[in-house]
This record gives sequence, C-alpha cells and structure tokens, in this order.
Amino acid sequence: MSSGPAISVRNVSKRYRLYHERNQTLKGTLLQRKRVEFEEFWALRDVSLEVPKGGTFGLIGENGSGKSTLLKCMARILNPNEGAITVNGKMSALLELGAGFHPELSGRENVFLNGSILGLSKRQIEERFDEIVDFAGLQHFIDTPVKNYSSGMYVRLGFSVAINVDPEVLLVDEVLAVGDEQFQRKCAEKFAELKESGKTIVIVSHALGSVRTLCDEVALLEHGRLRVIGPPGQVIDTYLGDVHTDRAPDGELGTRWGSGEARIEHIELLDAAGSATTEVQTGEPVTFRFHWEARQPIQKPVFGLALYTLEGVQVTGPNTRQADMVPDTISGSGTVDLRVDRLLLLPGTYDLTASLLDFTCSHAYDNRHRAFRFDVRRGEPQEEQGIVSLGGTWAHDRNGGPGQ
Amino acid sequence: MTKLADYADARELTINLTLRELRGKYKRSVIGWSWSLINPLATVLIYSLVFSFFLKVTPDGGSPSGLKVFALFLLCGLLPWNYLSNGMVGGMSALVTNANLIKKVYFPREVLVVASLISWLVSMLIEMGVLVVILLLFGNMALPWIPLALLLILLQSVFVLGLGLMLSVLNVYFRDVQHFIGIILQIWFYATPIVYPINVVERAAADHHFRILGMGLDSLYHLNPMVGFVEAYRDLLYDLRLPPAGDIIYLAAWSVATMTIGMIVFNRLSGNLAEEL
Repeated sequence: MSSGPAISVRNVSKRYRLYHERNQTLKGTLLQRKRVEFEEFWALRDVSLEVPKGGTFGLIGENGSGKSTLLKCMARILNPNEGAITVNGKMSALLELGAGFHPELSGRENVFLNGSILGLSKRQIEERFDEIVDFAGLQHFIDTPVKNYSSGMYVRLGFSVAINVDPEVLLVDEVLAVGDEQFQRKCAEKFAELKESGKTIVIVSHALGSVRTLCDEVALLEHGRLRVIGPPGQVIDTYLGDVHTDRAPDGELGTRWGSGEARIEHIELLDAAGSATTEVQTGEPVTFRFHWEARQPIQKPVFGLALYTLEGVQVTGPNTRQADMVPDTISGSGTVDLRVDRLLLLPGTYDLTASLLDFTCSHAYDNRHRAFRFDVRRGEPQEEQGIVSLGGTWAHDRNGGPGQ
Repeated sequence: MTKLADYADARELTINLTLRELRGKYKRSVIGWSWSLINPLATVLIYSLVFSFFLKVTPDGGSPSGLKVFALFLLCGLLPWNYLSNGMVGGMSALVTNANLIKKVYFPREVLVVASLISWLVSMLIEMGVLVVILLLFGNMALPWIPLALLLILLQSVFVLGLGLMLSVLNVYFRDVQHFIGIILQIWFYATPIVYPINVVERAAADHHFRILGMGLDSLYHLNPMVGFVEAYRDLLYDLRLPPAGDIIYLAAWSVATMTIGMIVFNRLSGNLAEEL
C-alpha cells in the first residue's frame, strides 16, 4: 500500500453538449447538411484536488455546480474530457441504490446479482449474505420477488448490499437519508465504522449538517470550478455566506444573511417573570422569543436557534422541525417561543443565533448569526466545569451515604 | 492493465447477468422454459405446411445419411438462424435496456452484450440437444459429429458477438438501427437456405446469366456468411459429413473480421455511454 492520496483529481474538465434538437435518427445525421446545433457546457472546469487515504471528504455546492459530475468521473461512469483521475484501491460507488435489481427475481437472487455488479465474487457474497439480509431487516422477505417490496425495503436492500461491498474507497451520492429512523441510525453507525476502519469516503450531499459532522475535509464547487477546499465548518460557512448574501448585516453582533421574504425582527430572552433581560441564572426557567415578520406567506418555515460560547463552540441548536412544530404557512407577523423549564447552561457569556429557514433547512430566509448576547449567572446546580449541567442528582448506595 | 483486471472481475458479473437474462425470460409464464422449445416447433410446423406441403419444396435426401424429412432439414437451418437473429436483437438492445445500470455503476460495458449473447447461446444449445435427440430417433447417427458442431457454434458465437457489439453502441446513437435491423433480418432470412435447399439457387443461377462485379448469382449468394453457417450445420447434422474446409476458413475469416470491427466500433463509441443514453 502506498501512502499517496486515495483519489487524485488533476485538472479535470468535463464538457456536456446541450443539443437544441437531438438527432437520434440516421436520416437526420446523413441528410442534414449543417452540423447539429449544440451548445457546449462545462460541467467541470480545471478541477484539481486530492482525497487523502482514510479521509472522509465532502463535495458541496448548489445544484448544477458539478459535484455529482465530479463524483461520476471518480466512479468512472463518465470520462473527463481533460485531465485525469486516479483512484488507489478498490472502489465502490453508491449512486443509486438497487441499480440493476430485476423486479421479477427474488431478494436473494438480486443480492447476488447486485453484489457482482458492484464487484463482489460469489464467495464474498455468500460470506456476507446473512449480514446483508440482517442489515436490511428483510429476513422474512428475502425469497419474495423484489417487485413486491415496498420502496423502503427496496432501497434498504440496495443500501445493504452496497455498504457491504467493503471497498477501500466509497463514493456516496445523497443516499444517506434512506429508510426510517432506525435504519438511518444503522447507516450512520455503519459509516462511522467504515470511517474508523480507515476507509476513504467521498460524499456528495446537500445535507450540510451531516457533511459537517462526518467529513474531515470539504470542497465547495461553484459553476464547475473548485472554489474553496478546507475544514468543513469553514467551507460550509463560505457556502452559506455565498448563497444568502442578498442582504447586508445590519449593525448587530455577527452577520446576517438570507433572502428576506421573512425576517426575524427582534430576539428576546425572557426571565421567569416574563420580562426581557440579558442576564439569567443557571436553573432558572427562561423563554427565548423571536418576533418575526413575513412580507409574503411562507410555506412550512422552520425556526431554529443556536447557542455558542464566546470561543465559538456550539452548545446546542434546536429547531422547530426536529420538534415537529412546523406550521403550514405563516404570514404577517408574530412570535415564536422556545420555553426552557430549567436552563442548564453554566455561568458564562453566550451568543444566540436565530434562523428562519425553509423546510429543507437548506435555504435561509433570514439568518442572524450570533445576533444576541446574554450572560448566565451562578444558580442551581452549582457546577463550574464545562458548559452545561446535565441536571442530574447524585445518589450513593448504603455504604457511602451522607451523614454516616 | 486496469482494463485487464476489470475483465477478470467481470467474469462473475457476466455469469450473473446471464442468469438474470435467463431467469427473467420465462418468469411468470406457466410452462416457463418449454416456450424456448415450443417457439421453434411452431415455426417448423408453419414452414413445413407452407413450403413442404403447399409449395412442394423437396430437398434432396441427406447424403450419405439418406435422411429425407423436411422438418429436420428445416430445423438444421432454423436453429442457427434463430441464434443469429435473437443474438443480434438481444445484443442491439443490451445497452439501451440497461441504461439505468450504465448511468449508475461502472463495469466493463461489453459484459452486457456478452451476457445477452450467452443467454441465447444457452437456448441454442438446448434446442440443438433436442434436435440431436430427434435426429437419433429418425435413425440419423449425429453423435460423432457433435464436437464439430460445438466448434461451429463457437465460431458462430464470435460472429454474432461481433455484430452485437457493433449494433449495441450504434443503437445508442441512432435508435433507427432497431427498425433497420428488422428489415435486414427479413431479407437475410430469405437470402439464406433455411426454408429451401441451396440447389434451388444453383439452378436459378444456371438459368440467368447476369453478373455483378464479375460474379454470377451463385457466387454472390455464397458471399453471405450465413449460407456457409447453415450449410455447415446441415453437413454435420443432417447429411452427416464434413463441411468443405474452404467454407470453414471463409466463416472463420468472417467471424474474426466481424469481431475485430465490432470491438473497434464498441471501444470508439462506448466512452460516453452514460451521457448519451
């Protein structure tokens, strides 16, 4: 094993032809005097990057930025027009789950078929067969034709085969969100396991949250060119900053961005008595209140709040979508509260970020980054280490009880 | 180098894709595999009725076998023909019907064409097996000629695979190929001595003395490689004799040439399959 990069992409360009009128007939080609009209479109332009061995690498960018094209070039499905890509080690690409499943064949037959499409030998599949079926949770249905599977079962089986290919380099395109809650957790564990065991993973995703937590390094593509490459936090912030710079920050702490159809006008912290304050105590009941204003009706808005320490460590980040409290639509103006029965932040100064996003959480109507600062004073529980209290209570067994 | 490694990996994939084709072919049909025998039998029945009974086409008896059964004479030509036509049509659509796979997974694309051909090869072998059994029932001792017949099948497979490779990519770029091939196959069928004996053509050639490029009708007719294939199958199984060595060399030349051109065309055009499909 060489210690070179797992994937090296050197000056890769990929051109698509956009035909105005696609000729798929012989007559068209033979009889037409003039050349078929088409426009050239560079989906990738002079992209160079290296994915280190054992790293988890994210590719992000807006739709049409070329990230999927780059992934397909890495997977050898597309050939770049210029430049070269070298991949060291056995590679498997998760571009579509269950590609090549035959609807009339049973799950069992399809596992073998799909496995060999992904490059496994019969013996390897036999060894992993039970694991694959277990992982997909389809023990009872494995001999049923896959056309009778629900779409969830179908993708679960596809994912399960693909993830068990055990490649050295795994390319993943937006398939992390598959199946129900339980299956997603299993997938996340599997990815962590792959990462742990030193596999190289390349992920293309719009789910910035998972990119942020999973990846060691992220590349941002913009109109087919590489814009920036670096640690996830930094690159994602650049990306979000890019996407939503339509509005200038308005003189508060931190920055503000968003498309502005709806805004968070005012942020308040209310103490137990319900009056606005910037100073609360650990253990006190508090309420965070956002005053919003929507210039036009907004479908399924998601309100989110994030707390940071002064050093920039994010303490928490709840939103209304996770809590399943998304209204169908909002218009006019109003308020939304996050009530906290017992504030478990330990003494210190904290910054609050308020955001108003669309339902996919990828588009910000308004994002007020670290726009509100407040202090937490000493209260109950009286702890000093770290950022938060767990709010737990200690208890001894009878050999160590107090007052003995 | 990587290409070679790909092919090594692809062996298993080829087998699995072939199994998929075979299993998929007769799923959900009550009598399943029997269809692959019933189809040629039905054709034999129709052609026997039309050509033997109504039109009184009577081939000479097999020499030295002495066999004189039109249906068997027909089958010896029809089975190789079916292999050609199924193999060509299957190969032609192999890439287009698997577009989804090609766009999502990398593997050597040739595998799809090869797997399609092998699935038809399996049908061909089963049908040939049944034919040999029937021949034996009619007292035609075809058994010693089986090894040579297998070699002939191998040669024909190379020929059909070459055509399949070529057509598969052309069909991606020009969908008219599939309509075009329908007509070509029809002409080709009647330009091959399947439903009639070859001496019919020889007699016609003797009556008409027109020449194209210095060749008489008879020589032109023999340019068609399927004439050679069908005659060779008939020599081995119906007449029970060795086909002329010159014919076999001619067929081998056709097979190698077709395969070479097929591979060149395929390699030149298959680079952008994922975009063009």
